[in-house]
Amino acid sequence: MHELSLAENILQIIEDAAHQQNFTCVKTVWLEIGQLACVEQESLRFYFKIVSNDSVAQQAKLEIITLAGQAWCDQCQLEVTLASLHDSCPNCDQYGLKITGGDTMQIKELEVE
Amino acid sequence: MCTTCGCGTGQTHIDGETIHQHDTIHSHSHAPGISPSRMVKIERDILSENNRYANENRRKLSEQGIFSLNLVSSPGSGKTTLLVETINLLRGKHPLAVIEGDQQTDNDAARIRATGAAVLQINTGKGCHLDAHMINHAMQKLNLQNNSLLLIENVGNLVCPANFDLGEAHKVVILSVTEGEDKPLKYADMFRAADLMLLNKCDLLPYVSFDVDLAIEYAHRINPTLPVIQISATNGDGMQEWLNWVNTGCQKQCAKAIMA
Repeated sequence: MHELSLAENILQIIEDAAHQQNFTCVKTVWLEIGQLACVEQESLRFYFKIVSNDSVAQQAKLEIITLAGQAWCDQCQLEVTLASLHDSCPNCDQYGLKITGGDTMQIKELEVE
Repeated sequence: MCTTCGCGTGQTHIDGETIHQHDTIHSHSHAPGISPSRMVKIERDILSENNRYANENRRKLSEQGIFSLNLVSSPGSGKTTLLVETINLLRGKHPLAVIEGDQQTDNDAARIRATGAAVLQINTGKGCHLDAHMINHAMQKLNLQNNSLLLIENVGNLVCPANFDLGEAHKVVILSVTEGEDKPLKYADMFRAADLMLLNKCDLLPYVSFDVDLAIEYAHRINPTLPVIQISATNGDGMQEWLNWVNTGCQKQCAKAIMA
């Protein structure tokens, strides 16, 4: 349910950019979300639609680029891809990997008018 | 060629002027009747505003030598009882203040207030977590003492508070033996974000089918170096080990403030 807060944060960043860069309508919002980030994408889409109503982003299409989860396995001395935090190493089946990427969520760019 | 629309960069002119400006703002105007669109680079973390407040909170806490803990768990794990007992054990030894987070009521703040500790209740309404902005305001209102302990009880929720840095020194996750031992796997984000796990209500172990070793193994799958302290806030078992951990943190935070 924190996706509501995330959607509000996205809108705030967009409205700040609209003020600074002089645009009145956002057509597309590109987000980059890691597979290991603590966010449910469908829920985020749902809340973004609600919070962006009557704003510069009310027409905006949300494009989400998903980044694969990355982790370091000490046992294999290898960087591996990981679908979830509770997965083991795909090579040696050991747990306790160190997450190295794919756990972030960024707003990348906007297509505006 | 422009990667946005495929037109030749700098080759299209209207009244002798090129219509493309290839910097951060990318203007497009291709045909009458079609409104111009452009790309605006943002490249910001979605939680950047929360993180800005969190960094400010952390800076203030650090300057004052205040050791701050963000207590997170599902509802009913015994956070408030743990806080009350911790405050009672620290009375007269260490100055402290509490920020209570709940969706509704000030019942928890009233329980803390009864101990004599300074407390502020934040009601998040429909909100499912505390954020750094709320804590920023709460810290101003509490008028925190130098070299004190700040205990923040987050909203009972094992999901959402994981994402929100409040500026605390550590997140402490509390799991009780009346819950499932697989919660570290089910709510991995929280167990990954935590720096200490307290396994609470251990006095009830004879009456419940909770596998302590398995719970700790699951927690270590997510966070291999996570220290675990087994406690019972009601009968006091393990509380001294928890207080030692808190005292060590307080001493380090004071020492950092003096050296700064």
